[in-house]
Amino acid sequence: MRTRTEQFLPFALLLPSIGFLSLLIVIPMVQALLLAVMAEGGGFTLENFQRMVADVNFSDAWRNTLLLLILIVPLQIVLALAMALLINSRFRGHGLFLYIYAIPLAISDLAAGILWLAVFTERGYLNSTLQSAGVIDQPILFLSFDNLAGILTAIVIAEAWRATAIVLVILIAGLQLIPRDYFEAADLFGANRLRRTVHVVLPLLRPSLQSALIIRTIFAFQTFAVVFALAGRNMPVLAGEAYTWYATNRNEHVAAAYAVLLLGLTIVATVVYLRVLGLREAEVQR
Amino acid sequence: MRGMSSRASALVAAAAILVTACSTTGTPAGGGAVDQGKPFVFASTQFSPVTEQENMRKKILAAYQGASVDFITDQSAVILNRISAEAKAGGEQQIGLVGIENGEFAALVAAGAFDDITKIADKHKDQKIPQDMLTLGKVGGSAQVYIPWMQATYFMVASKQALQYLPTGADVNALTYTQLVAWAKNITDKTGQKKFGFPLATDGLIHRLIQGYFYPSYTGGLVTTYKSADAVTMWNDMKELWKYSNPQSTTYSKLSEPLQSGEIWLGIDHVARLIDVLKAKPDDFVAVPAPAGPKGRYYMSVVIGLGVPKSSPNKAGAEALIDHLLKPETQILTLRENSFFPVVSVTMPSDLNKGLQLEADAVAKQASAKDAKVVPLPVGLGAKGGEFNKAITDTFVRIVLKNEAVPTVLDEQGAIIQKIMTDGSVKCWGPDGSSSGPCQVK
Repeated sequence: MRTRTEQFLPFALLLPSIGFLSLLIVIPMVQALLLAVMAEGGGFTLENFQRMVADVNFSDAWRNTLLLLILIVPLQIVLALAMALLINSRFRGHGLFLYIYAIPLAISDLAAGILWLAVFTERGYLNSTLQSAGVIDQPILFLSFDNLAGILTAIVIAEAWRATAIVLVILIAGLQLIPRDYFEAADLFGANRLRRTVHVVLPLLRPSLQSALIIRTIFAFQTFAVVFALAGRNMPVLAGEAYTWYATNRNEHVAAAYAVLLLGLTIVATVVYLRVLGLREAEVQR
Repeated sequence: MRGMSSRASALVAAAAILVTACSTTGTPAGGGAVDQGKPFVFASTQFSPVTEQENMRKKILAAYQGASVDFITDQSAVILNRISAEAKAGGEQQIGLVGIENGEFAALVAAGAFDDITKIADKHKDQKIPQDMLTLGKVGGSAQVYIPWMQATYFMVASKQALQYLPTGADVNALTYTQLVAWAKNITDKTGQKKFGFPLATDGLIHRLIQGYFYPSYTGGLVTTYKSADAVTMWNDMKELWKYSNPQSTTYSKLSEPLQSGEIWLGIDHVARLIDVLKAKPDDFVAVPAPAGPKGRYYMSVVIGLGVPKSSPNKAGAEALIDHLLKPETQILTLRENSFFPVVSVTMPSDLNKGLQLEADAVAKQASAKDAKVVPLPVGLGAKGGEFNKAITDTFVRIVLKNEAVPTVLDEQGAIIQKIMTDGSVKCWGPDGSSSGPCQVK
């Protein structure tokens, strides 16, 4: 028979994190929701959302955010998976690779953006290297306002460089959780490396892939510092608009409307991932 | 819980020691009547670049001998929000003195955030701060809300490489916008490169160029001439100029960088955003007045003022700091280190850095040009200033970058501007003259 203390202990242990989450996440979230539906003079209104949708940048921001999401997330997952498998194969010096891959994690978004701006700009490292190697005569304008493909490529490269390591760390942790027995069993049945990866590693890595996808997608919705540095005014994104409406245009209500939109998108994406990649009871038991 | 709070107070104490250690400015003079008293914060929307902050803390404030001061700066919105939050909280807060732009005062003044500092202004009478600047410091009322601290403006910088392409008959010190377009076109025709630059990044100051230079120079107004035929002419000229402008302009937040790297040869920007290139390569560039339009050579004067919040923790300390900042030697030091111009009467030193000398000459030529007309930064918009700037910048983006039809854009953006004017009952200012009711978009 459980004592009363034992019954309440789990809840008591949860209290600090509940307190922490409500203070730093739930309360600000409710405040943001309220800001988004309040008029400047007080009272409830949908005007902030109407202004958001009617704004010049809204449709561009929407398109760019989704475009970047579609381009960046799959690329990063594939890259990180390849890197994780490489490190997990435990070749000589694999530890060094992990350190090198993780370096960009320590660099802030905006700093990473400025760094890549120095690479891609007209008189940047890339153009001067190409010029001194005699490949080109005139600098190429990668970041020209009418060169959407060039800007997108630069942003995707910068983001892949900056944030793939987050996915990598999650996947490596996941790989290390897979019991060795499975690999031995696969070897016993004569599975080659490819079959082992496809039929053993990937299915067992699903929980980690799921968290990596969720985290990466949330970050992709929030991307804007790199975009600001590389594309400036050229490529509005949703998170950037939220920031601009707050900091530059000084209207916290429309900024909050953008934040609520991002919250909605994030929730939808998370639910989709949980459903599509979710672990089913039967699979766990199999 | 007790453990937590003692740790928290230890942290606060450590932070306080750090703050004091960082901001202690020299040893107090012995025997002076200098106020010591509570430490306070000097909050400003200026000097946000790290080097300027360091100059402020380590050099400009070095000779100040009063209560310990912590100089903080950040994006305009962050600082203004903090000032208004402290005003709302009332009582005694942390900010003892603020240094912000003329136009940033209005909303805070409406909220009753500042003391009347007429007495301090009277004390500095013999320093000959221009009367119209002091009047601006009353922000439309009778009380002296702020004392002018320093001033700045925008002008044009051109690479000497570009001078050979000047259109015939054009004087680089007295250009018109038509000549500027012809100049940029000539460069593109002869070199194949687009060498004009606009500060178009998200934190660039393009809106100020439109508000204080392009619009008034072409139309003689801003809001009241927003949709006029003259405005259409101006926008068509801008579209033409854009053809010869570096298409990476949308990433330029300050023009000194592309000028220095050679990506552009010509550009108009704020002094603080041009000075780096003039200091680095004073022999390769010329600094000249902004061009003139059909209605005159309009330029924008930026006045930064010092105000004492009602919630200041050390008002005598704030006054002592104002006295320090207005000393002629401090004003010249501010020019040397951070490129903002004195507001008090000073004799300019002869050993000014070459780049600063270029800047000083350009500013003087611009102000004394026979067709020169000065406009202030937008006045009275308060918290709506950001949205007004956005409406103006969006007009540029839609017409020039997105190539939308000029009349449609002016109609649609004009409606947005009208709403801002009406909602905030903002009266006309500067180039538009004055109005009894909200300024009307025409």
